[in-house]
Amino acid sequence: MTDEERTDTAPPLEIADLTVAYRERPVLWDIDLTVPKGVLAAVVGPNGAGKSTLIKAVLDLIPRAAGTIRVFGQPYADVRRRVGYVPQRTSVDWDFPTDALDVVLMGTYGKLGWIRRPGRAEIATALACLDQVGMADFARRQISQLSGGQQQRVFLARALAQDADLYLMDEPFVGVDATTERSIVELLHALKAQGRTVLCVHHDLDSAPDYFDHLVLLNVRLIADGPFAAAFTQANLMKAYGGRTHAFKHGA
Amino acid sequence: MSTVAELLHDLVFDYTLRTIALGAAVLGVSSGVLGTFAVLRRQSLLGDALAHAALPGICLAYMATGSKAPVVLMVGAGVAGWLGALLLLKIVATTSLDEDAALGIVLASFFGFGIVLLTVMQKRPDAGQAGLDKFLFGQAAALVGTQVAVTALLGTAAIAVVIVFYKELKVLCFDPTFARTTGLAPRWLEVLVTSLVVVAVVIGLQTVGVVLMASMLVGPVVAARQWSDRLAVVLVLAGAIGAGAGVTGAVVSVAAERVPTGPAIILSLTVFALVSILFAPRRGVVPDAVRRRRRGLVAPVEVEAEAAR
Amino acid sequence: MSYGLAMVLTGAGVAVACGVLGTFLVLRRMAMVADAISHAILPGLVAGYWLANGPSLAAGLLGAVAAALLMVGFVELLTRSGLVAGDAAIGVAFPALFALGTVLITRHFSGVHLDADAILYGNIEFAGLDVWRVGGRVLGPRPVWVGAGLALANTALVVALFKELKVSTFDPGLAATVGLSPAAVQIALMTAVAFTAAGAFSAVGAVLAVSFFIVPAATAYLWTDRLPRMVALSAAFGAASAVLGFTAAVRADTSVAGAMACAAGVLFGLSWLFAPKAGLVPRARQLARQRLEFAAETLAVHLMTHTGTPAEAEECTLSHLGEHLRWNDTWATAVVAEAVRRGWAVRDGERLRVTEAGRGVAAM
Repeated sequence: MTDEERTDTAPPLEIADLTVAYRERPVLWDIDLTVPKGVLAAVVGPNGAGKSTLIKAVLDLIPRAAGTIRVFGQPYADVRRRVGYVPQRTSVDWDFPTDALDVVLMGTYGKLGWIRRPGRAEIATALACLDQVGMADFARRQISQLSGGQQQRVFLARALAQDADLYLMDEPFVGVDATTERSIVELLHALKAQGRTVLCVHHDLDSAPDYFDHLVLLNVRLIADGPFAAAFTQANLMKAYGGRTHAFKHGA
Repeated sequence: MSTVAELLHDLVFDYTLRTIALGAAVLGVSSGVLGTFAVLRRQSLLGDALAHAALPGICLAYMATGSKAPVVLMVGAGVAGWLGALLLLKIVATTSLDEDAALGIVLASFFGFGIVLLTVMQKRPDAGQAGLDKFLFGQAAALVGTQVAVTALLGTAAIAVVIVFYKELKVLCFDPTFARTTGLAPRWLEVLVTSLVVVAVVIGLQTVGVVLMASMLVGPVVAARQWSDRLAVVLVLAGAIGAGAGVTGAVVSVAAERVPTGPAIILSLTVFALVSILFAPRRGVVPDAVRRRRRGLVAPVEVEAEAAR
Repeated sequence: MSYGLAMVLTGAGVAVACGVLGTFLVLRRMAMVADAISHAILPGLVAGYWLANGPSLAAGLLGAVAAALLMVGFVELLTRSGLVAGDAAIGVAFPALFALGTVLITRHFSGVHLDADAILYGNIEFAGLDVWRVGGRVLGPRPVWVGAGLALANTALVVALFKELKVSTFDPGLAATVGLSPAAVQIALMTAVAFTAAGAFSAVGAVLAVSFFIVPAATAYLWTDRLPRMVALSAAFGAASAVLGFTAAVRADTSVAGAMACAAGVLFGLSWLFAPKAGLVPRARQLARQRLEFAAETLAVHLMTHTGTPAEAEECTLSHLGEHLRWNDTWATAVVAEAVRRGWAVRDGERLRVTEAGRGVAAM
């Protein structure tokens, strides 16, 4: 990652007219969204709002009916190396015969390219990333023996190993213990301090203002998008959740 | 009944037994290794479906060329198996039917077609087609040296592919979504994994037959997994266990009377799997029960880990 | 009864018997369990044959059920232990049982009633020959009775347990809380499958049994999402496969069971392509319609945006669409036609104008 790449001017993520439909039902409709550099952005909305779909569309994992997506000003496929992905923890079979270190090493595969095996440098990187999430002692632990929170941290360490400029995370806070939660928050701040950008699907409306500084409010359409203070308003929340929100601490 | 010493002697010096054992060993190694990937991708029954789907391919290959040469039939089996895999993917992708149902559809329909073709050929005056139905149950006893050589070559090539693309296959099987984002999991790699299973099926069909093929792909890794948590070790063990079951089955079927080779191999494999599940030191049912008895209460790993930090 | 009719009736009966259960198997993602059971019952049949000292339907059925439940129980045990994934457990269990059965037959019963090849595809061709006699009276071919009996029994079961089956299939958690034990329903279903597989085995063999359990149900799935209709359609498609398969087999002089399985597959294939709503062809047309509609909306927006601007005369023309929106001529013409058809725009030679309705659409 060269310095000039870090200081280029194109925003990390620019989405225009994005529409994703499943059969006849629109899951995302006409989304126009720009994520500025260096923010910790939360994607929030009710169930079925299309939050995970948004992430997957950016990663080219699902087809779209319309719209363009630019990552650092280019199509995703051209800047793959600059995007890190933390999927939902439940997307994987944790009985797979591998240990924590090995999973984190997978984060270096993109840089290694075809056929080359991870060497000492990659292992050192992986161990450092595990250390950053407080999992250094578990490097050789079989992943099925890890708790939910520990598994989540391994996924985060893997993403760190990708050394990306834009991180897309899918509900990393779901079902994790207090230690892991702290660990993730520290990580987010560290990433921000390094000038990286994070877009994170977050499951819990109440805690969103505590962790993030930028809000993307979705319910099939884009309801609001901007710094938290400005976007997290009563009116916007009503629009997104249809009046079904309970009392929240930070609402305007 | 021959004595053990006689059997061991024959294993080395008797052409027939040696060939069968070798053929079974090749089968065991390839299905063990290649089947591991199918099982880890949670496609354990893919081999079952593809084995059944291969039947019409075998028949059509014979009908088209008039030749029963193993290579010809294997190509037919491979093509039909491949078609089946493709249809399987398409059905899952374009309907809301599960992979489960799609497997069954491909399995039963292709196989039904195969039976139709087989019967048509059986009713023809020429007896040339005799022996094709041996694919249904396998006929290891009729294996000849050239067949073993061909399958050994095929198996070696497949395993070489596994070694070269080891890390790509690993991440693809563990976390396909993440794999796709690394750029190292293009469509053709997924095609490759399926092809490896097709190769394993093609190798195995002539020895164990259509119905039992499923176990050849699944049994070795089920057994191996109990002994190790590391993928590389699991792969090697699966190959070894597969080969072991193959040889054991071959020897048993020759030593005992009227025990067909295919079923003998499968039963040996099942015994190995059961023994592994029951007695493997770390995961085994029996050692686990003993440990629990000794400790009184099982301490969760997490609590131990937190305490250690 | 003619031999042909006997075959058709047997096939249809078995198909209906399998189909009504098959719907639930497919919905519960247990299609391959049916495959496994159909093979795993072999040693049970052999045991029954041995214990009864000859062919006995009752002994065979009981042996089959025992073997099937044994397998299912074993698989459940393995899965619960966390040591083996569900599918993998199935993949080891049923071949082991089938191998055991094969060895038993080859060693002790070869040449007798149980013939290795017939295990796989039955001998439905002989359906007409196996005549059931009770006390001197000829009741007709036994396989026909077996098929019809199974069909009736399974239909009765499904009707009686319909709401239990429905709830435990779609929401097992809910089932437990309202006191309908999902485990009990599962056992009932598996037992029925085992009985049916055993009965089907003798008539049509393992493979056709698998086909009849899964394929017509999967076909029905493509036509409806209402459960009662799915069950009925499943039975109907199964019966149709039996009839069509028989007809084809007679024409081509080939295996009746194989042809029936093929017919089921063909019916699935046709439904896959053409079933309304789920079929590939109707969906492709639907997608094309949607694209056209979306494009027409875009056109309305485009026209509205440029109406009343200095560039209007240039922007709101057919030829300019190609340049501005990057639509080729054919597509642009089609979109314009669609917009006109929907009353969102009017066309005056080359010039296009948005209508009130079009403005409404564009504003959304």
